[in-house]
Amino acid sequence: MPQWIPACATDDVDPEDVIPFEHAGESYAVYRSPDDVYYATAGHCSHERELLCDGLVMGGVIECPKHNGRFDYTSGKAMGAPVLVDLRTYPTKVEGGTVYIELA
Amino acid sequence: MTAPGMVVVGAGECGVRAAFALRENGWTGPVTLVGAEPLLPYERPPLSKAGLVSDSAGPVTIRDAGAYRDADIELVSGVEAAGLDTGAHHVELADGRRLGYERLLLATGARARPLPFDGTPVHLLRTHADAVALRRRLVPGTRVGVIGGGFIGLELAASAAARGCPVTVVELGPRPLGRAVPARIAAVLAARHVAAGIDLRCGTAVGRLAPTGTGITVGLADGDAVEVDVVVAGVGSVPETALAERAGLAVENGIRADARLATSAPDVFAAGDCCSFPHPLYDDRRVRLESWRAAQEQGAAAARSMLGGPEPYAAVPWFWSDQHDLSLQVTGLTDAAVGEAVRLRPDGVELWFGLGAQGRLLAAAGVGPGNAVAKDVRLAEMLIARRAVPDPAALADPAVPLKSLLRSPVSA
Ligand SMILES: Cc1cc2nc3c(=O)[nH]c(=O)nc-3n(C[C@H](O)[C@H](O)[C@H](O)COP(=O)(O)OP(=O)(O)OC[C@H]3O[C@@H](n4cnc5c(N)ncnc54)[C@H](O)[C@@H]3O)c2cc1C
Ligand code: FES
Repeated sequence: MPQWIPACATDDVDPEDVIPFEHAGESYAVYRSPDDVYYATAGHCSHERELLCDGLVMGGVIECPKHNGRFDYTSGKAMGAPVLVDLRTYPTKVEGGTVYIELA
Repeated sequence: MTAPGMVVVGAGECGVRAAFALRENGWTGPVTLVGAEPLLPYERPPLSKAGLVSDSAGPVTIRDAGAYRDADIELVSGVEAAGLDTGAHHVELADGRRLGYERLLLATGARARPLPFDGTPVHLLRTHADAVALRRRLVPGTRVGVIGGGFIGLELAASAAARGCPVTVVELGPRPLGRAVPARIAAVLAARHVAAGIDLRCGTAVGRLAPTGTGITVGLADGDAVEVDVVVAGVGSVPETALAERAGLAVENGIRADARLATSAPDVFAAGDCCSFPHPLYDDRRVRLESWRAAQEQGAAAARSMLGGPEPYAAVPWFWSDQHDLSLQVTGLTDAAVGEAVRLRPDGVELWFGLGAQGRLLAAAGVGPGNAVAKDVRLAEMLIARRAVPDPAALADPAVPLKSLLRSPVSA
């Protein structure tokens, strides 16, 4: 059963940035786009499982801190070598200043 | 003799990247990748890190065997290219085969610089075979003498210490990592090595090595001597230029290439650790970059040039090093800087910025646990690429996000 899990407060994430979120032993990355839309993806890079939350967000793209693999965090799409496998993404919603992500 | 096509000599980080980049850029003719080492091409950085700590670590391959098949890249492993005739456009392999080429890339890399001491076995670390030979000797309690406090020396010192070996590092310069890392950043790493129990001796040379009944005496120029069981040298690398020199190519701190990575011979290109080229971000100063990412970026750039691409190679230099639980990242050319700014972040991490005479950002470095400095060093790299002239006070102020400095004025 998918359920909405509170991940963070809206202002825990700066615009055009990312923070980590852990739930039930899994890592997620929560993004805030430059125009204040929230997104969530798997927390680890699909290349060598580095944590993405230490990476740089530019526009709609997160760059992995280890080998600079880039993903479109709005769709999870891997943007080319070294990252060849897309990231899993999760729906988000904002209610009362809290960002929720929907986890299965 | 195969139909001429693209031939790449040297199947390391650079040659492999180039071969795949030829395909990615639309080349459909033959691609042959020739490598002297017998293994499927593998990553070198782990050799001094996890690959030295764990006995079971095998080579980390760059691409799996299927990837070469799928891309229709003919991989010739375990065979050296012994001769090059740039007039006739062919390469001669050590097994007698002759490979014609339309365009040739020399990605022959570098070799570890040997020590000038005879009669005492000294380990070097450049290949997987070197790493296996060394780690067999690193059983707990084995006393290790590392000659050279550069990246490879310090990484392997940390790995040997992790295996329970007492380690002494002897460095000629007044501090470790002298060439490429600013003093205050190198000091953080030096302190970490000392805290891990490593005996770090700077400012003294190794005068002699003498086998004794129980080990090897490392005699130092300052009169002291250290007895160890194993000696490893990490005293830099020498570009692999033998093939190019025999063929009459210009060599200047590596195979001399131009801004498009073309050599002095027609249709012959060079990239990676083996070559030097003029860097447009540093007044066309001739540099030889010895780093993993530069090898990849130059491989990809050379592939584009081989297919007629006009752009000069202009990527900002960048490398990392992992020692104990710390990771160092450096971008730009630190020795080009004449001024500096230092940012002390609230988490204790220090970032160094190197500035040019007109205030242009030319280099940056930082060290911290895990990926703590990755984001900031990446932003510095973007600032360098833009020729940004950021306000030094803003660089030093941890309250100013580096990202906001992307709007800084740029130099002409
Ligand atoms: C132990 C170690 C740790 C490192 N760690 C880091 C790190 O942490 N960060 C970083 O940025 N960089 C690191 N590097 C540097 C990085 O690995 C190199 O910059 C990179 O491997 C260069 O790639 P290359 O393809 O130019 O050369 P190489 O990797 O040297 O490959 C060249 C290949 O060409 C082959 N060859 C040479 N001549 C011939 C010939 N005539 N015929 C056929 N084949 C030939 C060689 O056998 C070799 O396999 C490390 C290097 C070493 C050795
Ligand atoms: S781990 Fe992310 S790009 Fe390699």
